[in-house]
Amino acid sequence: MVERKKPIKNRLRRTMMFMNAQKPGLIKDAYIYGSDSIILDLEDAVAENQKDAARFSLYHALKNIDYGDTEVIVRINGLDTPHWQEDIRVCVAGGADGIRIAKCESAAMVHQVEEAVLAAEREFGVEEGRTLLMAALESPLGIMNAYEICKASDRMFGVAISGGDLRKSLHVQIQRDGIELNTARSLMILAARAAGVQVFDTMFPNIDDMEGFKAEVIMDHRMGFDGKSIVNPKQIAFVHETFAPSEKEIAYAEKLVRSCQAQADAGIGVYTVDGKMVDIPFFEDAKRIIALAKACGVYHGDL
Amino acid sequence: MLIEKNAVAGTLESSDAQVSVEPADELRLNIESVVANQYGRQIKATVLETLSRLGVDKGVITVIDKGALDCTLKARVECAVFRSCDSSEAGIPWGGAVNG
Amino acid sequence: MINAVGRDIPDYLLKDGREVYQGKNYRDGQYFKKDSPRVKKHEKPEGSKLCSTIREACEKCGAHDGMTFSFHTEFRDGDYVAAMVCKVLVEEMGLKDLHVAATSLGSAQNIFADYIEEGIIVEAQSSGVRGRIGEAISTGKLREPAIIRSHGGRPRAVEAGEVHIDIAFLAASSSDCCGNAKGQGGKNNCGSMGFAMHDARYADHTVIITDALADFPNIPCSISCIDVDAVCVVDQIGDTSKIATKEARMTENPRELMMAKNVADVIAATPYFKDGFSFQTGVGGPSLAANRFLEEHMRERNIKMGFALGGISGAVCDLMDKGLVERILDTQDFDQKAAAHLFSNPKHIEIDLSQYANPSNKGAYVNNLDFVVLSALEIDTKFNVNVITGSDGILRGAPGGHPDTAAGSKCCIIVTPLTRGRMATVCKDVVTVTTPGDCVDVLVTDYGIAVNPLRQDLIACLDDAGIKHVTIESLQEKAYSLVGEPDPLEFEDQVVAIVEARDGTILDVVRKIKPYSFD
Repeated sequence: MVERKKPIKNRLRRTMMFMNAQKPGLIKDAYIYGSDSIILDLEDAVAENQKDAARFSLYHALKNIDYGDTEVIVRINGLDTPHWQEDIRVCVAGGADGIRIAKCESAAMVHQVEEAVLAAEREFGVEEGRTLLMAALESPLGIMNAYEICKASDRMFGVAISGGDLRKSLHVQIQRDGIELNTARSLMILAARAAGVQVFDTMFPNIDDMEGFKAEVIMDHRMGFDGKSIVNPKQIAFVHETFAPSEKEIAYAEKLVRSCQAQADAGIGVYTVDGKMVDIPFFEDAKRIIALAKACGVYHGDL
Repeated sequence: MLIEKNAVAGTLESSDAQVSVEPADELRLNIESVVANQYGRQIKATVLETLSRLGVDKGVITVIDKGALDCTLKARVECAVFRSCDSSEAGIPWGGAVNG
Repeated sequence: MINAVGRDIPDYLLKDGREVYQGKNYRDGQYFKKDSPRVKKHEKPEGSKLCSTIREACEKCGAHDGMTFSFHTEFRDGDYVAAMVCKVLVEEMGLKDLHVAATSLGSAQNIFADYIEEGIIVEAQSSGVRGRIGEAISTGKLREPAIIRSHGGRPRAVEAGEVHIDIAFLAASSSDCCGNAKGQGGKNNCGSMGFAMHDARYADHTVIITDALADFPNIPCSISCIDVDAVCVVDQIGDTSKIATKEARMTENPRELMMAKNVADVIAATPYFKDGFSFQTGVGGPSLAANRFLEEHMRERNIKMGFALGGISGAVCDLMDKGLVERILDTQDFDQKAAAHLFSNPKHIEIDLSQYANPSNKGAYVNNLDFVVLSALEIDTKFNVNVITGSDGILRGAPGGHPDTAAGSKCCIIVTPLTRGRMATVCKDVVTVTTPGDCVDVLVTDYGIAVNPLRQDLIACLDDAGIKHVTIESLQEKAYSLVGEPDPLEFEDQVVAIVEARDGTILDVVRKIKPYSFD
């Protein structure tokens, strides 16, 4: 029996890798590839008549497999199916770190899940509030309600865009430059940042097109996403590389943090570093970059 | 639990096991495994322990094991038994009869 | 008697100068007298050695009961010749007490399993045993234990006279009427005939079986007519599409790719990775994929491989075509691309098994090998490797060049997943030792890398390069924590196979397994 540590709401989540919860050979050690989170899927990957079997597998996997520092999230079936309540019971009983709500469109849906999670935590004697939530936004309505969804619960750590269904509702096809989801991505990022939660981009469907994948990851990073859903371990390394702060960024952040401490000690508010004016938000961002660099294992300094 | 009708869970893929249960007046176990020489004893113990936790003391239980880990074996036995009672979809006693 | 890898070898096997394994290089410097074939003079000009049937060729060579027949397996699972010939010997000629000396035995020779069951084949020597033959031998159906030899151990045993081949039946892709034969120029080309060449020089009689008769003289050739007694033309000698097994294709499996990348990183971290380095890979998924990742390191450092050795895949040929490999020394071709490449590129050269790996000659190519990347069925905490018996104790593998390249190379890397299904690949004690742990340097698994403590120099290299590594014990514990500690296999006393070390000492024995019962 493996005891999982209490989940951390704002941990590093550059990569969230989907795995079919029904396949014993896959879920037994999906953590070895080093993605930050894995998402065990009870939804699309599991056939309608195997939902029950998948839950039994999932329960024993959660109880017996030592996933180490890898976060374990479960994607549950939609609230319009007969499966989601039992999905939540098994997630909570098994001790999953978090639940991904599929096709989320409103704060009310988050509340519905939250109530079921709380009930399950009470039923199974799990610390109340332990189980985190995230929402997948897969429709225009979900995107429009992104802010209320992000703010709907203290358990919410982030939102992810889910491109497959969304593109259909938007009457668009996947485009090389990503323009078809430009508005949706931007709106969701704004909402998540405003609410103070993380934000993740959709998975890139063609695993053989590494060039297209890389272009999308670079775009995601430039747009301000915290991470990305992935479907194959070979996609992990490039995301981690891209999302790690560069040496230049780290050096500048280090300089800012040190100088800011010195200036604060001297009681100065706004001042210049390398000829550019800086103030408190610069300092906060510099601290974030150092923290990210540490989490990515690329910071070797003493801050 | 009482095995009320025939039910199956699991697949014959590598690392999985297929478990079938049938109603019967006494408990009978048929196990076949690709790792019988090294793990036969443990497989049998796991299957018996899982059945006993579920309170199954009657029925024909057939396990075709393709190198499943213990946790998979348990999951397949449990699912087959709950399916045989039409109760596999909701209200599972997680952490109770279904445990560790 | 307990040998140097801790295996108990029954004393009754230690006769006629047979010793137990004493550690590597034990017989270095010893002298021996080479065995020689007893050959028939073909003084009178005969023009052609063509026989109309295999039976006629056999009769011409005086085939009779109790003889030792050899076959090569360049056609791997697609070989037709061994089965075809054996059928003639047994069913047409009614011979019995047959001794088989093959470079490997597998599903293509399933008919041998019947003859073993029927007591017609009574002895077998091979580098690999798979399929039904493995089951027949494992259940003790041979009169004498089978002898498992490495690719280098085979020519050693032949030269030492420990196995004397009466008739070698050698499949060839083309031959002229006098027996100048090779693995090219026909309709079914296997490429290198490295497995066959040595037999032709040491067998009393050699019969070439081909399906493409070439004009005389069919030269340059791998087997010379001066060593050939008879030539026989048949419809098909094999199915070349079965040479490339599933394992021989480039993997897309993420687990294998991850291990392959780690293998390449380890190689690049050692001092042997410099311009002119030499390299061999096995045919398993991660070993083969290591080529791909090695290419990146070679380009980054701007260095080339001096030579690639052994069984050759298209992946290595690609590297040569990109200008990254100077020479390929080829004993066996794993796919049609490599087979064709051998004859289209003058720097891609065919070598025989003695040149490749024989520990008793004056220096085989394995002795100049920097790196070898090999797979394993099992590896234990003493770094002993098993590539012959499955977790059920049944023969189902092939040492091939594994023990030879491990012993010869400066850095032997084993790459294997930590578990396969419910089998712990990294274990406390391998079922059978086929490559001794003192020849194995690094283990790369999907759960981490371990370095043999004998190689503190390599440990320092990995540390310098920032490559994480753990103890092999911790990997074994991790494996058992995943799959449970396996119960020891239960064997009967009967020895069904002897695993010979490459120098001819006894490394291990395989005993008859007791079938498991759930009752």
